[in-house]
Amino acid sequence: MTDQNADRGTIVAGSQQVFKGIFGRKNAAPTGIAGSKSSLSWLVHVSVLALVLLWVFPTVGLFVSSFRTGDQISTSGWWASLGTSEQNVVFRVADPDENRVADGDQFVVTGNFFDEKGGSGTITVWGTSSRAIAAYQAGDLAELKGTETITVDASGAYTWRGAEDEITGRGQRVFATITAPPEFTFENYENMLFDPSNSEGMAKAFFNTLTVTIPATIIPIVIAAFAAYALAWMDFPGRALLIAAVVGFLVVPLQLALIPLLKLHLGTGIGKGYLGVWLAHTGFGMPLAIYLLRNYMVGLPKDIIENAKVDGATDFQIFTKIILPLSFPALAAFSIFQFLWTWNDLLVAKVFLIDSTGQTTVMTNQITELLGTRGGNWEILATAAFVSIAVPLVVFFAMQRYLVRGLLAGSVK
Amino acid sequence: MDAALLGLSTIIIGVGGCLGYFYFSNLFLDRVLFPPKGENAGRNINRANQIRPWLFVFPAMFALGLYLGYPVFETLRLSLIDRSQDNAFVGFANYNQMFAEAKFWEAMRNNMLWLIVVPAVSTAFGLLVAQLTDRIGWGNIAKSIIFMPMAISFVGASVIFKLIYDARPEGTAQIGVMNAVWMSFEGGIGSFIFLKVFPIILILSFAAMVAYIGYIVLRMAGGVWVMVLKLVAALFSVWMVVLSVQSVWGVATANLPYGEPQQWLTIPFFNNFFLMVVLIWIQTGFAMVILSAALRGIPEETVEAAVVDGANPFQIFFKIKVPQIMPTIVVVWTTITLTVLKIFDIVFAMTNGQWQTQVLANYMYDKLFRANDWGVGSASAMIIMLLVSPILIWNIHNARKEMR
Repeated sequence: MTDQNADRGTIVAGSQQVFKGIFGRKNAAPTGIAGSKSSLSWLVHVSVLALVLLWVFPTVGLFVSSFRTGDQISTSGWWASLGTSEQNVVFRVADPDENRVADGDQFVVTGNFFDEKGGSGTITVWGTSSRAIAAYQAGDLAELKGTETITVDASGAYTWRGAEDEITGRGQRVFATITAPPEFTFENYENMLFDPSNSEGMAKAFFNTLTVTIPATIIPIVIAAFAAYALAWMDFPGRALLIAAVVGFLVVPLQLALIPLLKLHLGTGIGKGYLGVWLAHTGFGMPLAIYLLRNYMVGLPKDIIENAKVDGATDFQIFTKIILPLSFPALAAFSIFQFLWTWNDLLVAKVFLIDSTGQTTVMTNQITELLGTRGGNWEILATAAFVSIAVPLVVFFAMQRYLVRGLLAGSVK
Repeated sequence: MDAALLGLSTIIIGVGGCLGYFYFSNLFLDRVLFPPKGENAGRNINRANQIRPWLFVFPAMFALGLYLGYPVFETLRLSLIDRSQDNAFVGFANYNQMFAEAKFWEAMRNNMLWLIVVPAVSTAFGLLVAQLTDRIGWGNIAKSIIFMPMAISFVGASVIFKLIYDARPEGTAQIGVMNAVWMSFEGGIGSFIFLKVFPIILILSFAAMVAYIGYIVLRMAGGVWVMVLKLVAALFSVWMVVLSVQSVWGVATANLPYGEPQQWLTIPFFNNFFLMVVLIWIQTGFAMVILSAALRGIPEETVEAAVVDGANPFQIFFKIKVPQIMPTIVVVWTTITLTVLKIFDIVFAMTNGQWQTQVLANYMYDKLFRANDWGVGSASAMIIMLLVSPILIWNIHNARKEMR
C-alpha cells in the first residue's frame, strides 16, 4: 500500500475461507476445465499480457523520461526514444575566416558537424534553406550561388568550397535530418542528487524522508507488539472492549486528527518538526499494528505458551523469548506497511513536520512543489519522482511475500 | 546530516525508552510492588497478574486515545465554535456556512462519483486479473507487476499520470500518450469505433453490472433493515441505469474536437475520471491480491461438480466462484471505499481542486490551512467521519460477533 489509507482502513469481515500464500502455490488445472482450456487459453494469455502492459506502461514512461535530456523529452514522446529517433537539426559550418584552407584558386572549409557540435547519429537528408530541408541526400553535392558548393555525408563530415569572397563571413547553414540511436543519460540523476548547487533540494529531502520514516516505523511496532500480546494472550476485564475500539479506530480518517493534534503539539511545545511527525505516525499506525499483530499472535499454538508458564516463565519472558520470534512474519508485514505509508505520506508531513523555513521538507512535498514551479520540466519531475519511488519499489519487490501475507491477515479474517 | 543524527538518537532513545518502560515496569511490579515471596506470595502473584496487562497495553492505548480518540471529539467541538468570536459556541453556523458554498457541493458530488466508480472498477479489474492469472504459468509475474503500483506514492503516481495527460501546442510533437493517441483520431471509422461504440459498450456494461448488483440485493431475504437496504439499492441502481442511458445518448451525439490537443485535466466533469484512473491503477493490485487468495480458497469440489454438470467457464465463474467469494468482494469494496473517502494527495498534486475536481479531503485542507477557517474545516472533517461511520459500526459489529 502506498499512501494507501487503505492499509489503515483494512476491515474485518466474516469470510471464512482458508487462505494460502497466493504467490507460493500454483494449482494444477482441474481436469474438467482442461477440455475448454485449449480454445480459451490463448485468449487468457493475450488479455493478461495486455493488462500487464497497460499497468506497467505509465511507470516505464516516467522511468525512460528520467534518462532523457530536457530537449529530448520536449521534442518527442518517450516511446519514440526506444527505437532510432529522427530529428531535425540545424548545423553551421565552422567559422570560415579561421578555418579556411586555400586549394588552388578556391578556399575550402572541412570538418565534421558531430565533432564540432556534439551528438551522434546518421544524416539521411539535408538542405541549405529552411524551406527545403530535405533537398539533398547524404553525400550529394549542393551547388549554391556562383562557384560555391557544399557536400555533407552521412557521418556528418562536410566540405564547403568556393571563391575567396564566398568562403568568408559566417559559416554556411545546413539543415539536416538525422537518425540517432537511442540515447540515454544519467545527467538528470547527477544533477538531482550530487550537484551541490542544485536548487531542487531532492538530496536533502531524501535524507529528511529517511529521518521521518525509520523511527516512525520502529517505534509503533515496539509499542503495538506488547499491546497485541496482552490483547491476545492475557485475560483482563475490558479486553473485548479494547479490541472493538482498535477495530473502530482502524477506519477513523486521520483528517479529523489534523487540527486538534496540531493545536496540541503547538500548545505543548513539540511544535512542527520531526518529533511531532514521529508521534503522529506512531498514533495513526497504531490501530493497524495492533490489529495485524493480535490477529497473528492469537493464532500461535496455545501449548507453547502454557508450557512456558508452567515452567515458571514470566509474561515478559514469554513475550520476548517466544512470541516475538514466532511473530516475525506479522512484524515484517506491518513494518512494510508502515514504511511504505510513512515514506509515501504527504498530508501528515505537511501538517506536522514542514515549517515555514522549509528545512525539513520531505520528498513527496518537494515533488508537489516542483509540479507547481517546474510543471513543464519533465526531466526534473521524472527524476525527482523516480528518486522517491525507487526505495519503496526495492522494498516492495524484496519483501512482497510478507506484504501479501499482511494484506490477507489485515483485510480478511 | 544533523537530522540524520537526531533521527538515529531518537530511534535509540525512543526504542530504548519503550523497551526500558516495559522491562522496568515489569521488574518494578514483580520485585517491589508485589514480590512473589513472603507471607502474601500467592496473593501478590495474583495482584501482579491483574496489573500486568495494563502495563502492556497502556502505551498503545494512550497513543490511540490521544491521536485518534480525542481528535474525534475535539474536531466535533471545533466545528461548533467560532475562533474569531473568542471561541463562542455557534451551533451549526459553520455547517450552514459550508452548506451554502458551491465548492462544498462540488466536492460532495465528486466524492460520490469517486465512491461509485473507483471501488467498482478496481474490484472488477482485480477480480478479472485474479481469475485470468489463476491458471497460467507466468501468472505470478503478471500479478507482481499489477501489484507494483501499490508501492508508488500517490504523489509519484500523480507525476506519472501528469506526463500521460500532458498537452503540447498543436503542430508540435505530443509527449503525453493521451494526446498522442488522440491526435491520431481524425473522425473516420476508427474514431467512430473507439470513441463512440467502445465507450457506449463500456457504459452499457456498467449499467448492466449495477442492475445485476441491484438484482442480487433485491433477492436477499431478511428483516426490516434489509428491506430498507433493498429499497435504497433498488433506487440507486435505477438512478445509475438512467444516468448511464443518458450518457450513452451524450456520447452518441457528442461532437468531438478532432485534431486539437486537449488539456485533459481542465475539462470539467471528465477530468474527475482522469484523476480516478490514478487511484484505480493503484488499487487494482490490492483487490487482485485479496481476491486471488479468495479464489484459491474455493473448494475444488464445487468447481468440479459444476464441470461435471456441464457448466461453461463463464457460468462457473459467475454462478459458482463469485457467489462463494462474495464476502471477500464486500471486504475489498469497503476497504477501497475507505481509501476513496480520504483521497487527498492525488487531487492536491494534480489539480488542487481546480476545474471542478474538488474532493472533501482537499476541501478540508483548503479550509484549514489556506483559508485558516477551523470551524468550516472541522465541519467538513466531521462530514468525512459521518460518511465512514456506517463502515465503522459494521466493522465493530463483525468484530464482536467473531469474538463470541
